[in-house]
Amino acid sequence: MKGLVQLYAQQFRTTLAMMFQYRASLIIWMIGHVLEPLVYLVVWSVVATTGGGSVGDYTKTQFAAYFIVLMLVNHVTYTWIMYEFEYRIRQGSLSFLLLKPVHPIHSDIADNVSSKMITLPFMLAIAAVLAVIFHPALSPEPWAIGLFVPALLLAFLVRFLLEWTLAQAAFWTTRVDAINQTYFVLLLFLSGQIMPLTLLPHPVRVVAEILPFRGMVGFPVELLLGRLTLTEALTGLGIQAAWVIIGLVLLRVVWRAGVRVYSAVGA
Amino acid sequence: MTSPAIHICDLSKVYVVSQQEAGAKAALRDLVRRRTQKIRAVDGISFDLAPGEIVGFLGPNGAGKTTTLKMLAGLLHPTSGEVTVLGRIPWKREKAFLRQITLVMGQRNQLVWDIPAIHTFELNRVIYRIAPGDYRRMLGELTELLDLGTLLNKPVRNLSLGERMKCEIAAALLHHPSIVFLDEPTIGLDVTMQRRIRAFITEYNRRFGATVLLTSHYMADVEALCKRVVVIHHGRLVFDGDLSVLVKQFTEHKTIVVQLGDCDADLKAYGEVVSCSDGLTTLRIPKAEAAHVTERLLADLPVIDLLIEDPPIEEVIERVFAQGSP
Repeated sequence: MKGLVQLYAQQFRTTLAMMFQYRASLIIWMIGHVLEPLVYLVVWSVVATTGGGSVGDYTKTQFAAYFIVLMLVNHVTYTWIMYEFEYRIRQGSLSFLLLKPVHPIHSDIADNVSSKMITLPFMLAIAAVLAVIFHPALSPEPWAIGLFVPALLLAFLVRFLLEWTLAQAAFWTTRVDAINQTYFVLLLFLSGQIMPLTLLPHPVRVVAEILPFRGMVGFPVELLLGRLTLTEALTGLGIQAAWVIIGLVLLRVVWRAGVRVYSAVGA
Repeated sequence: MTSPAIHICDLSKVYVVSQQEAGAKAALRDLVRRRTQKIRAVDGISFDLAPGEIVGFLGPNGAGKTTTLKMLAGLLHPTSGEVTVLGRIPWKREKAFLRQITLVMGQRNQLVWDIPAIHTFELNRVIYRIAPGDYRRMLGELTELLDLGTLLNKPVRNLSLGERMKCEIAAALLHHPSIVFLDEPTIGLDVTMQRRIRAFITEYNRRFGATVLLTSHYMADVEALCKRVVVIHHGRLVFDGDLSVLVKQFTEHKTIVVQLGDCDADLKAYGEVVSCSDGLTTLRIPKAEAAHVTERLLADLPVIDLLIEDPPIEEVIERVFAQGSP
């Protein structure tokens, strides 16, 4: 355990040094993370205005709250592991990771968390500016704010574990772009990034709630907005926890099989 | 006798690769049923390495050297046969095993590209759980032996190939492995840098008693480092023994260099003339006749100087590869 703590601390320093090298691309990533929810915010605000002040159960200021919180939750939970993994396998640098006496996921988690620790203050500042402009309306109970913390943590874990698992498709096919694209479309739609899931037709909403996507982004957002009952919140946390367990099992199984393939065809 | 550091017995590796033909019809057929071909990269080789030995692992491109090294390092799963390193089965990749080995690939790099190498070193320190004192000592020794100096603080992308290779080697040895696999560690480096790396490998082996298995296309590396060589060709073992024995076994000719007072003399009668310039004539003589020809040259001609040599090692190896087996 002490060894892992040291590994995470050292990875933080390395990531910091790398981010300093990639300042420009970092800013571009952050702009993307701000622009996308901002576009949806503006679109839905316009729709709400023309629709007599609201769409479904969302008013204009509630949309503002939804997308500003979503911007932050999405930023905390997103990963770039799918690109990274494909590159590792194509370039053969995975071999070096396999030679190390530690599972490569630790460096990946540490790298992701380190990177977020550095960028999050900027995102919070941007969120504050957006809040001044768009007047978001949110009214969570204290318990909802309390549950938001584990919900966010679980959202990160669900997304990280499942995307790390999916990234291993690169072991079997060298063209993972198609898989990634399909996944991103599903994620965009079913995680609540385009619109709050409550605006979807009932059957689609049920599917979205059972699948892991809502647990990755939409659920913590709805929780912090104060839109969920305690039962709904606990159910959501339960679904997230279930997906973390499923993710861990899948990751283990797929990683073993993937490494076997890798070591069969030429590392 | 102590147990071997590396034990390989009847080791084989078969790759299944898909075949693709040109043309739309063939492409459609491939979509339905992909045709595959089995490539036997390593075909029943056996050899052992004693602890502390440095062995040169030779063979032309595609002979199966890298495949074998990867099986030894646990990156590849053997198709059949037995392989143990320090008594452990590599492909299980046990932590205790991984901590004791290293693999340096001259054509690949583990250093993080855009930042100074010291960051990768520090990461390896925590990954291998090297105690701070051991780390400082080892880093000090490696810095001294490889003359790393300020290189460690420059972004890796700004280093020359040779400088980067030195850092790669150091990064791979920080955890003090007792088994070192080196795959083309001097590839693309200039002669001075090659010599430097060679001296370093010798010194590392001497200081730490590490077992080293090394592949290289530069015969100078092999001559300088390895008393014993293992040669494979088409995945099969062709030779295993002392380099000097290999040279003897595969040398059918000697080279005689003669310096004459009369530089225009034609020596065709004595053997095949390889070159003739500035009064120096180089002859290629079948090994069995070398002594006899030398006698005749000395008796017949005004010889100023005469030198009998084995052909260069490159030529010997070329013969080994060309013949496949003795």
